[in-house]
Amino acid sequence: MSVENALPITHRQRLWLYTLGGLVMLFLIAPSVIIVIMSFSDSTLLQFPPQEWSLRWYESYFGSVEWRDATIVSVKVAVMTAIVATLLGTAAAYAINARTLRLTGLINALLTASLIIPVILIGIGTFFLYARIGLNNTLTGLVIAHTVQALPLVVLTVLSGLRSYDMNQEKVARSLGAGRFSAFFQVTMPQIRFSIVSGALFAFITSFDEVVVSLFISGGETTTLTRRMFNALRDQIDPTIAAISTCLIVLSIVLLSAAQLFGRER
Amino acid sequence: MSIVSASLDHAGRPDRALNADALAADARRESRGLLALLSPGLFLVFAVIIVPIGWLFWLSLFDETGQLSAANYARFFEQASYIKTFVTTFKVAFIVTGACVLFGYPLAYMLSQLPRRAASICLIFVILPFWTSVLVRTYAWLVILQRKGLVNSWLIDLGVIGQPLPLANNFSGVVIGMTHIMLPFLVLPLYASMKTIDVDCLRAGMNLGASPAATFRQIFFPLSLPGLASGVVIVFVLCLGFFVTPALMGGGKVIMWAMRMEQTTSLYSNWGAGAALGVVLLGFTLALLGLFQWLLGARATGVWSQR
Amino acid sequence: MLLSLAQSALPIAIGGIEKRFGGVSVLHDLGLDVAAGEFLTLLGPSGSGKTTLLMILAGFVRANAGSIKVGGEEIITMPPHKRNIGMVFQNYALFPHMNVFHNIAFPLKQRRVSATETAERVERALDLVQLKGLGERRVDQLSGGQRQRVALARAIVFEPRIVLMDEPLSALDKSLREHMQIELRNLHRRLGMTTVYVTHDQREAITMSDRIAVMNAGRIEQIDQPEVLYAKPQTKFVAGFIGESNFVPVECRNGSVWYEDRKLRMTTAAPSAGRHLMVVRPEKLRLINGEQSGDVNALPATVGDVIYQGDSFVCYATLRDGRQVTLRDYCRSDVLAKLPGPGEPITLGIDAQDVVLVADQ
Repeated sequence: MSVENALPITHRQRLWLYTLGGLVMLFLIAPSVIIVIMSFSDSTLLQFPPQEWSLRWYESYFGSVEWRDATIVSVKVAVMTAIVATLLGTAAAYAINARTLRLTGLINALLTASLIIPVILIGIGTFFLYARIGLNNTLTGLVIAHTVQALPLVVLTVLSGLRSYDMNQEKVARSLGAGRFSAFFQVTMPQIRFSIVSGALFAFITSFDEVVVSLFISGGETTTLTRRMFNALRDQIDPTIAAISTCLIVLSIVLLSAAQLFGRER
Repeated sequence: MSIVSASLDHAGRPDRALNADALAADARRESRGLLALLSPGLFLVFAVIIVPIGWLFWLSLFDETGQLSAANYARFFEQASYIKTFVTTFKVAFIVTGACVLFGYPLAYMLSQLPRRAASICLIFVILPFWTSVLVRTYAWLVILQRKGLVNSWLIDLGVIGQPLPLANNFSGVVIGMTHIMLPFLVLPLYASMKTIDVDCLRAGMNLGASPAATFRQIFFPLSLPGLASGVVIVFVLCLGFFVTPALMGGGKVIMWAMRMEQTTSLYSNWGAGAALGVVLLGFTLALLGLFQWLLGARATGVWSQR
Repeated sequence: MLLSLAQSALPIAIGGIEKRFGGVSVLHDLGLDVAAGEFLTLLGPSGSGKTTLLMILAGFVRANAGSIKVGGEEIITMPPHKRNIGMVFQNYALFPHMNVFHNIAFPLKQRRVSATETAERVERALDLVQLKGLGERRVDQLSGGQRQRVALARAIVFEPRIVLMDEPLSALDKSLREHMQIELRNLHRRLGMTTVYVTHDQREAITMSDRIAVMNAGRIEQIDQPEVLYAKPQTKFVAGFIGESNFVPVECRNGSVWYEDRKLRMTTAAPSAGRHLMVVRPEKLRLINGEQSGDVNALPATVGDVIYQGDSFVCYATLRDGRQVTLRDYCRSDVLAKLPGPGEPITLGIDAQDVVLVADQ
């Protein structure tokens, strides 16, 4: 046990705590593990553990035009969202961090509003608005709606990067002859780039996994993967979804590890 | 600037408000620059969140004939189905929040007491589900809890039960699925606040003669309460407006607030009624968060900046 | 030419600076002139406005009003990067993602100096701060003293008109700090750049500065050479902030100054009528025998405690009005021989030329 936590309590005395904590951790991780294993089953019955192994559900996923199109839509929207949200969010975080504007509280509240406003309300509201301006079932509409949801994550991530960064460095760069933009790109950005990349990754996941708003505003050719999955789940439990879920879990792991790696370098 | 200097020379000595106008103009220029950085983001939020919600609020004030009325709101007290929805929603929210506290507190406590390296490994178990699609996790619980699912087949094999238990497509399924989804929202802020508790406070407590249990009860637990409160508020608020899990795991029997909103607008196209539901839901959410912020001076949205 | 800062050194004329944060005024109608090539220190307690003034000079904080002229040119609304002012921050603010060479080359790169000249000038700057050959080091491989030198080299390599330093030595330990004080002073003498230095450490200010401006609550209390500041403080704050002081209440009437019923002998003219404080440095007080004579003023007192401190001793005494005063003297055998014990009555003497009066606020 490390010195920082060295209280005069032995591990043995804490056994009950470790047991309980371990069980909760199992509860948290088990569903993902079970789904990954079941996705390789040969049976339609979703037995666990599977009796026979096969890749038939992956074949069914990749072989289906509908699933493939939906995946492409989701990837396109997520990439665009990550780009737009990162640009807007980084700019906004920089402005908030400068602390010279009044009403910073209100600005913060507005930018993080989509985290606390019930998503269902955003979904209905967006659908209602888009119906008037013809953005329903369009990629643009999806990107805009997802950007609004991803924006707070980028702002918060970049802001925390900026707060652990020594703003004096940007000041000194300016006194040494660099203009404001130049100082940001030469000195500040290289040091908060990990936060920016993390923010972009979170924006990507947020968009890719988004269900409720997409349910309302996507459809037809722009049906997202999550919307198609939701509809499929309403009808029956199709094992193809286990294969898709596994892909989504792997995607989350990859993106999170990337964010973690970048974070550690910081 | 040359004009300012000229007038200076004319006055002969430095004026009290020397260059004040030029400096004020400079300050305004900087503010405008920063505002320009903020404006695209603010504009999108305004256009996609504030405007539509304001519009819906406006709609909720009119009945189906276009007359200004409180009919959309009066319905909540008159129709039994609405009352049932509210009761169900609050019941689910309370149970899920309680379950999250029950499971989340020991986990967060354990994480906070583990050495740094072990804690960061265990934290993966919280963060990975946090970032896994809600849809995927709901699907997983459907598979696990269904009639011929994992839990039932194991219990039958073990001879614990003779008939499969109805776990999915009902109230218990919704509660189990939502607890799994909400747990990280409680554990993350709680863990962060527990990490800030000074170990020396606990050492001092023991040094002053308190047993480990008494130290926990009298020192650690009170100090962890702000973190717990922020977790509880965020979980409760998210539960009130949650849609995916009850829609997929409720089996049509558990109608929660958000589902009612979806049905009213999509199925019946009754925008006024759906909007009124949304307004009340938003009111509850903001009131709870506002109350929390007022009482503890902290922002509940902190959970998203702790990873 | 790196060693020609003296020729490019310019005077600074600061006038009418107003700064308010919210509704609170932190600097009020502040004026200050710095001569070309001068080393001027802003000295004051925290919250006195010294750092704010420095930040206004550098352009990071915008004043509400005022004028800053460098060599006659108004710079108050100029953005920081056009001011041509070198700045050393308290925490150095070196760029961790660049090595030492690139840190120092940064200002030259902004000015589009050619690669060969950059290399040459960085080399000379490194030489000047005694870091020859460390150009390829990463910033996190440097010691505190080395970082300090890199920050300094970076602030002077582009031959700025002025160099500003914000408590640059406060992060170093005591012995290194004293060493760097001498080194900074010597560097200033060699290069002759106009320097404005901020510190709260009076000893550091006295060691390094040509002149010191003592700041308190957003105003400059007194600006003078260190020795004048110490010998002739003009306000109670300055007397109390720089060195140790005893304050003895005196009164001026009929053109002379009185301590109780004794008329003070002094070499300066009597101030306006009314109550004043006599500033008495502990080392200017001495033990004397008998009564007031010649140019010495005598203050009867009772010994409270005598504390031996090795090279010197401190004697705490109580004047007849009950006021505590401190006397300090070297431990010479003749002084030690007649050292009184606690409770004994003594007479404290102070020379007429050492009498300094300040207003009693």
